[in-house]
Amino acid sequence: MSFINYSSREINCKIVYYGPGLCGKTTNLQYIYANTNQQAKGKMISLATETERTLFFDFLPLSLGEIRGFKTRFHLYTVPGQVFYDASRKLILKGVDGVVFVADSQVERTEANVESVENLRTNLAEQGYDLDRIPSFEAVAPKGDGVYETLKAIAKLILTELKKGT
Amino acid sequence: MQPQMVMYDEEFQQISAVCERLAREANAKIVFLVDKNGQLIASVGATENLDTTSLASLTAGNIAATGGLAKLIGEKEFSILFHEGEKDNLHISIIGGRVILVVIFDTRSSLGLVRLRVKKASDELNKIFDGLMKKVKVPGAGSPFAEITDDDIDNLFSE
Repeated sequence: MSFINYSSREINCKIVYYGPGLCGKTTNLQYIYANTNQQAKGKMISLATETERTLFFDFLPLSLGEIRGFKTRFHLYTVPGQVFYDASRKLILKGVDGVVFVADSQVERTEANVESVENLRTNLAEQGYDLDRIPSFEAVAPKGDGVYETLKAIAKLILTELKKGT
Repeated sequence: MQPQMVMYDEEFQQISAVCERLAREANAKIVFLVDKNGQLIASVGATENLDTTSLASLTAGNIAATGGLAKLIGEKEFSILFHEGEKDNLHISIIGGRVILVVIFDTRSSLGLVRLRVKKASDELNKIFDGLMKKVKVPGAGSPFAEITDDDIDNLFSE
């Protein structure tokens, strides 16, 4: 859930990048980190194995600017994509405001994508969200194309939902 | 879904005062408060050279992971965690099941002293958060975002 701080005049939201193993969730965050102004980003943290597979999560804090005097801060997280890390994925989804589902465009990973979407559906349902009833947006992100567009789209969707007061 | 977390100036001052007193009485270097989703609520002490945003996120991840472990063995949660380093130590405790209090201390203090002072501060913080939650539930205490327009949101991305 977003955190509204009237004292520091900040609003903090949590975005989680979800998807099957090796689909590019960490790559999305790395791209954003590498192409964002120094002032707008914090340190990126990756809790990964020795072979650079995400073990728990990646974390990247971003500031997007001000709305009506409130600084908007977005905390970007990824989940570990491998099937057996489901317990960790559930933990990371807690308090989420928006989810970016990163699908692997290779034909042979179709089944893995479907399995991951179903897993997301189950894990979101545990938090009271229905995957079919939340607003969504489609994007394609090879070589960084669409990575920012996706981030902007999800940030807009979150702020629009906050405006509705849901 | 978890309730909306809101912080007002009045409560923030009260929380900061409790944290400052805890840091002083426990001889701690740094005291900070994080919500369970990893958002930093308050921090006091020698935080100038510390990445408090990362600390907050990792603390919440740590609590979430040990909470998962607790459930696996039939416990509700582990309410206190202690990490011992060569110089600095971390004392992490959950307050009222909703926020995380972290105390960083070195050899000028001791685990016993920190535990004692944390217990007292926890009761005070719990009362403040109880009041805060009641305030948030009052009708009319809605989000400041209720009044923003679609243009405000678009302007954020217009650069």
